[in-house]
Amino acid sequence: MNADEELAAASQQEQGASLSDDDSLETCIEIKDLNLYYARDVHALKNITLDIPRNKVTAFIGPSGCGKSSLLRCFNRMNDLIDDCQIDGKIRIDGENIYAKRIDVANLRRRVGMVFQKPNPFPKSIYDNVAYGLRIQGMKSRRVLDEIVENSLRAAALWDEVKDRLDRNALELSGGQQQRLVIARTIAVEPEVLLLDEPASALDPISTLKIEELINELRRKYTILIVTHNMQQAARVSDYAAFMDMGSLIEYDSTDTLFTNPSKRKTEDYITGRYG
Amino acid sequence: MKKQKLSKFQIWLRDGTPWIWFNAGAVTISVLMLFGLLVILGVNGLSHFWPRDVMRAVYTLPTADGIEEPVEIIGEIISSEETESARLQGSGLLLNADQEILQRQLIRFGNRDLGSADFGWIFPQYLSEQSWPEDITVLERREWSDFYGRLQSLQENGQTLAVADPFEELQRRLQRTEAIHAEINAIEDGEIARINWSMEQLRLGERRLQLEGNNSAEIISTIRAERQTLLLEFEAVQSQLNALYRDLERDTAQFEAANGVAVTIFLADIVRAYRPNAMGVVAKLGVYFEKLAEFLTTEPREANTEGGIFPAIFGTVVMVLLMSVFVTPFGVVAAIYLREYAHQGFLTRLIRIAVNNLAGVPSIVYGVFGLGFFIYFVGGEIDQAFYPEALPAPTFGTPGLLWASLTLALLTVPVVIVATEEGLARIPRSLREGSLALGATKFETIVQVIFPMASPAMMTGLILAVARAAGEVAPLMLVGVVKLAPALPVNGIYPYVHLDQKFMHLGYHIYDVGFQSPNIEAARPLVFATALLLVIVIATLNFAAAALRNRLREKYKTLDV
Repeated sequence: MNADEELAAASQQEQGASLSDDDSLETCIEIKDLNLYYARDVHALKNITLDIPRNKVTAFIGPSGCGKSSLLRCFNRMNDLIDDCQIDGKIRIDGENIYAKRIDVANLRRRVGMVFQKPNPFPKSIYDNVAYGLRIQGMKSRRVLDEIVENSLRAAALWDEVKDRLDRNALELSGGQQQRLVIARTIAVEPEVLLLDEPASALDPISTLKIEELINELRRKYTILIVTHNMQQAARVSDYAAFMDMGSLIEYDSTDTLFTNPSKRKTEDYITGRYG
Repeated sequence: MKKQKLSKFQIWLRDGTPWIWFNAGAVTISVLMLFGLLVILGVNGLSHFWPRDVMRAVYTLPTADGIEEPVEIIGEIISSEETESARLQGSGLLLNADQEILQRQLIRFGNRDLGSADFGWIFPQYLSEQSWPEDITVLERREWSDFYGRLQSLQENGQTLAVADPFEELQRRLQRTEAIHAEINAIEDGEIARINWSMEQLRLGERRLQLEGNNSAEIISTIRAERQTLLLEFEAVQSQLNALYRDLERDTAQFEAANGVAVTIFLADIVRAYRPNAMGVVAKLGVYFEKLAEFLTTEPREANTEGGIFPAIFGTVVMVLLMSVFVTPFGVVAAIYLREYAHQGFLTRLIRIAVNNLAGVPSIVYGVFGLGFFIYFVGGEIDQAFYPEALPAPTFGTPGLLWASLTLALLTVPVVIVATEEGLARIPRSLREGSLALGATKFETIVQVIFPMASPAMMTGLILAVARAAGEVAPLMLVGVVKLAPALPVNGIYPYVHLDQKFMHLGYHIYDVGFQSPNIEAARPLVFATALLLVIVIATLNFAAAALRNRLREKYKTLDV
């Protein structure tokens, strides 16, 4: 196949991947020559170059410590919080370099929402959790807040379970409910991109299923980037998948191709369980 | 494989039994010491208010020349102990040498105005005709301490009253004098205090005008006129007071003390009169709680050895509250900077070590610092700038409530910083990231998420600070606490809270009553009672803060991390 050959050739040159062959795809995030160092001598991401399509689910897979979470945290500049973390290269979201000096990081993080591995609701009421981001932006109207809270909870498939106890502490919810609450909290501020960092790894199978269904719902509105350890999950929920190892991007392709016909030996070994 | 056979003792050692016993023993000893402390304080302090029976007896002490002079004694038996007769003989007492160990009793004779010692030791073996007559009256007096004697008669304006039961009449008339005393106090604390304050304000106003140089004849005459009005008011109040004082002197009582000494006592001098030997347990309990209430709610008398300790309780609580108001925001803000904003490098570590070490600096050093910096420097500058008219009399350049609170705040700020920092460090990183990921700035994250979640830790810091500050005495002696300051630092005269005023403190009160008292035996139970009260005050303040902390903990319980 033409596209496959092109991809293979591109990644062999360590230039990453582009999926521009499909006309319906519009690039949302553009990563170019991204390098990330922790404490000067740990080279965590090596020359990552790839384009992430809009309104698709892109999964990052790879063994522990391969740098997929580090990469995800570059998109909302969460790595800024880590001392001695140095980044070079470019990340453009909608054509805008997010590491430019004039970028308002708080605003960037509103546009690029993130859901973490462990549910982290604030020790506040369910309502206050969802309204948190809006209130930070200065939204005061109770009517508007009520509406957005309801819509967000509906979008996160949590509304029916919590509509009678919005004033209860969010920590009373189960782990799966907490994670969906965190997703509701994130989409309440209407981001363009959703970063999901192993969102179901701390959950039981049923909750995991619910989260996956939710991702399927959300893909229509958001560009979703998901990091996961669970290969079946990546296969189920994602449109595109990137395999990473030792800080490098090994292979990037449509999920179907990557899982059924990987072009790299390493990818195949990992997917079939011989490696990682 | 050869299996080693363990002896019972080895098994006992290996399964940790001695270790468990050792730990349990340590806990037991701590708990016992704590309870022992409370019991000793309670028994010694609280028994003081119990109306003991009064003994009457004839005491005949043998003398060197063989002439024995029997004397009548009336008094309360406070305690008894055994002593070696050799030691007593060595100190000049002539006693039978055939007994090695002698019993002796400490008796409170009272009647200090009659020249007897308040307390004295007697040897019960020389007592005779011991009895507990029901008509012996105990008087608590405003001066000269307690009196023991028999009531003979009552006089009004020198005329003896013909009443069937003089004791009952005495009680009735005591209520009248009590009411007059209350009226006098109200006038002195209200009207007189107000007039004095206005006079002082006038004087300061005049002086200020003088300093500013615009003391025109017109203004001076206005001030004179105002002063004249005040003086007239003062004279009116004064004559009212004089009338009341004359009223107080109307009634007297004739008493017979031990050995038939006749004593006339003004009813105005009597705080309380009771006949313990005639009272049942219920009546005694009534007097007991009356005395206890007096101890808690009134001012001290007789060089702090009698009366109450209310100003000390009040001073301690107000000072601790003021200190909390100063130390909590200061410590919390410092901790937030150190933990959240400062770069975690060598300098931050150094500052943290310095803060921790500040907590170990002896408190008297803080007292000296408070005196030198707050009082002499800051207070002196304030006086120069804002109260020049009062100079050379200092307003803030002298020890007072504000400086004592600030000094203690400085003393306890390391505790608050350390506790708050620990609380901040315990907040899971995921919550900070969650807030930041929603587009909150670091400041918004701190205010909205971190601060509420760390508030229980801040309360812990405050609890530790209060515990330390309330028990501190040494620095306070330098920066504001005095032996006697019956005027409370909070009252009805503008500006209501007098931060420049000196105040009393329970800790210093213990020291003063215990070591500076002229009447040690009378003061000793008060030392215990005051100490017990200090413990109770600190415990109450701590419990209040702990209750608040638990509510906050419940509200902001963290994720299980």
